[in-house]
Amino acid sequence: MEQQLKIESLPKTNIFSQWFKKNFQYIPPAFITLILLVGQFTYGILDNYVFLIGAIAASLITEIILARLILGTWKNLASAYITGISVGILIRSNVLWPYIITAVLSIMSKYVLRYKGRHLWNPSNFGVSWMLFLNSMNVAGLSIQWGSNLAAMSVIWVLGLLIVNRAKRLHVTIAYVITFIILAYIRCLITGDTFLAELSPLTGPMYQLFIFFMITDPGTSVSTKKGRITVVIIVALVEFILRLNNFIYAPFYALFIVGPIAKYIDLRKNTTAIQIKQH
Amino acid sequence: MKIINNLSALSFITYRLYLKIISLRLYQQKNFVLMKAQRKIASIIVTILFIGLLVSTLIASHTGRFNGNSFTTVQKETALKKYGFYLEPVNKEANINFKHTCPEVDAKLNNIKMQIASMGAAVSICDYDNDGWNDIYFTNSGTGSKNALYHNLHNGKFEDVADEMGLANVNKKGTGASMGAVWGDYDNDGYKDLLLYKWGKPELFKNIDGKKFQNVTEGSGLPAWVNSNCAVWFDFDNDGLLDLFIGGYYNENFHLDSLNTTKIMPESFRYANNGGRKYLLKNIGNGKFKDVTAEYGLTSTKWVLAAAAADFNGDGYPDLYVADDYNVDELYINEGGKKFTEQGKQAGIGHIPKSGMNVSLGDINNEGALGIFTTNITEQGILIQGNNYWQPKNENPNDLSFVNLAQISGIENAGWSYGAQFGDLNNDGFIDLYVANGFISAKKNTSYWYDYSKVTGGNSTIIGDAKNWPDMQGKSQSGYEEDKIWLNNSDGIFEDVSGKVCPPVTYDGRAVAMADLWNRGVLDVIVANQNNIPVIYKNDAENNNHWIDFDLRGTISNADAVGAKVEIQWDDKKQMQIVTDGIGFSSQNQHRLHFGIGKSNKIDKVTIYWPSGHIDKIENPQTDKLHIIKETK
Repeated sequence: MEQQLKIESLPKTNIFSQWFKKNFQYIPPAFITLILLVGQFTYGILDNYVFLIGAIAASLITEIILARLILGTWKNLASAYITGISVGILIRSNVLWPYIITAVLSIMSKYVLRYKGRHLWNPSNFGVSWMLFLNSMNVAGLSIQWGSNLAAMSVIWVLGLLIVNRAKRLHVTIAYVITFIILAYIRCLITGDTFLAELSPLTGPMYQLFIFFMITDPGTSVSTKKGRITVVIIVALVEFILRLNNFIYAPFYALFIVGPIAKYIDLRKNTTAIQIKQH
Repeated sequence: MKIINNLSALSFITYRLYLKIISLRLYQQKNFVLMKAQRKIASIIVTILFIGLLVSTLIASHTGRFNGNSFTTVQKETALKKYGFYLEPVNKEANINFKHTCPEVDAKLNNIKMQIASMGAAVSICDYDNDGWNDIYFTNSGTGSKNALYHNLHNGKFEDVADEMGLANVNKKGTGASMGAVWGDYDNDGYKDLLLYKWGKPELFKNIDGKKFQNVTEGSGLPAWVNSNCAVWFDFDNDGLLDLFIGGYYNENFHLDSLNTTKIMPESFRYANNGGRKYLLKNIGNGKFKDVTAEYGLTSTKWVLAAAAADFNGDGYPDLYVADDYNVDELYINEGGKKFTEQGKQAGIGHIPKSGMNVSLGDINNEGALGIFTTNITEQGILIQGNNYWQPKNENPNDLSFVNLAQISGIENAGWSYGAQFGDLNNDGFIDLYVANGFISAKKNTSYWYDYSKVTGGNSTIIGDAKNWPDMQGKSQSGYEEDKIWLNNSDGIFEDVSGKVCPPVTYDGRAVAMADLWNRGVLDVIVANQNNIPVIYKNDAENNNHWIDFDLRGTISNADAVGAKVEIQWDDKKQMQIVTDGIGFSSQNQHRLHFGIGKSNKIDKVTIYWPSGHIDKIENPQTDKLHIIKETK
């Protein structure tokens, strides 16, 4: 009887596991939606629903059009959805157009800035970094705290870590966070500010999106585990330098600089390796 | 033979099949080439569009930026010709040599001393001796510093009489630092008394026939200590006695000059509820006030910086709009003088947390309805909050709601803004807007914004403790900003005329007041600047526009007629204004209401809505004249 039960229960686990594996692509979009909902219903983080919807719609529409025109395919829209929602959260403006333009630019970068058929920049990182770098009167970044609720923040962290673990990218997040903490300590020795002041950004919402979605993006990560760890450490180091030079949006800029270079080297190296193997 | 025939047939079929396959392949290849070419073209078009978007956003990002220090050369004649007025700084000619000094703060806050001590410069206008000429009261904040009461000498000059009047030496150690003052005739004796609010003990001074002031704080029922940046007089129960609202900023348990903790800062940049408490003090007569705050439901502890009282829903009782730093603003609706209910969200104003600094009331579209202007922070590329102008959608007591027209009206982005006032600067019949700007002007070409963003983005345990805030090291933050002057172009759309109608000034502006200082039928502008001299702008309005002023005296209503609304109708236009005792940020305008009416010299009708419920009407009043109106009994 006991054996019967065991036998019966095994396929169920497998089905769930298979389903989870098969549909894992929908977990990150669901998670980012959860972050948004927690933020919105706890604090009302969104200044305007229309702006968020505009960013998501622009992202999805651009993806559909460009995928058909350039690749001739219908693409799964999960990635575009994440891009749209990230733009909607990370960009702050009192007008609609920056949300739409940032989303469109982000998706376009995937189709234009390519090497060996692969895009080099994380889409939302490209769009958001570009718009913030312009330092305009209409666009700012999400650099402020959503709220002071430790419980909500903890839920997001725990779920985020579980999901990046499932996506086999936990090492990326962990490596970045550890490096950030070490460098925060070094920065506090250099600047004379308290360690908590240097650590503070890590507790904000901007970093929650950065460490769970941007630096772990499978599309723009390098191919090896060692490589990915090296890249995020370099990202943290560049961010460290930018922070010492008072760049508010240092993490975005650091990934903007390091990410595509690493991806380019990785693609080039892999192609050369394949060619050598073929010879 | 049969076999041969069969073989031939098979060969023929094979050959046909071969031909078919070849043609299909050719077709597929052709189609593939065609599709590849199409995709190539699409790819090129997308690349061009992509580059186009990058370039256009780059170009667009350079438009609409603040001018910073690059001012155009001011030409008075050009300004007069084009805009009909020019603001001339006349401190020296007016004999006003006051200079504000910052409040002292505990050494534990030295790392962010400049930020903590960034308020206290205030200005209030009052004709304290009823001689028909507006006088000016400035607050100072340094320990031992003196406040100044500039008496109008009627000859263009002023004389500081604060010492002899007993209103100067009010910043003694242990009593707190002055943050602002509001005049109000709380005892209805015809002379306006003074409430001084501080980061410290609020003080009440009774005006003795315009000859001197007596400190009557003791036994009055005022709170022992409030870290306040805002107070307004208003009669919330329409009993004819002015009551008092005082808003707390820092928690009242802290004495900022002697702290035993550094955990005094907001718990969040957007959702802080750990500020000071509010005080609603009911005037029960004989110079006594009763704390009815909890009873009336004003129990929130957001960080209040400004408030304005007006009957927004038309039910006859004054409501209260409260501008909060680090959170959403609050709208307290007066329930028949019995209690207040906060209805900010329902009314549409309480959704987006900003840094509320100021509340001003004005009818920018000449619709006969008062809108609410609140200032916030805009720092290019870093924090784009934008100001609000809340236009009422209707005056239905059961469905009060507002729509934000600041963006459409062109008055959204000013800088790190504090005080603001509406007033018709060129008497063209449409109210204009002056906004004081600038947070901390210290070392040039430095910025504390990066350091600021580190902690403001962090968790409450970090942001809430001042010791975690990076040392400012003399850095500026949104410093050297020019004040904004917006001219109403007669359709509710404002034109930025800053730097065109006055010489360049980049002090850290705080409080703004408008008053006709020289009884010329124009509004002059007085700006109190933090840690600096104020600027007295004499309005040189060389145009042929007409005006009319009303100074209201309540008889059944409170003597100051606070809460009374005046609507004038002329040339198929109408404009509404309201009498207030405290409006803006740490400021108070002249008591009389000033209306510009443009080229027309005829007013059809004036309607006065008194707080008592009485309505007085005046047909065809004389223009270019101040009318002193007593409420009919």
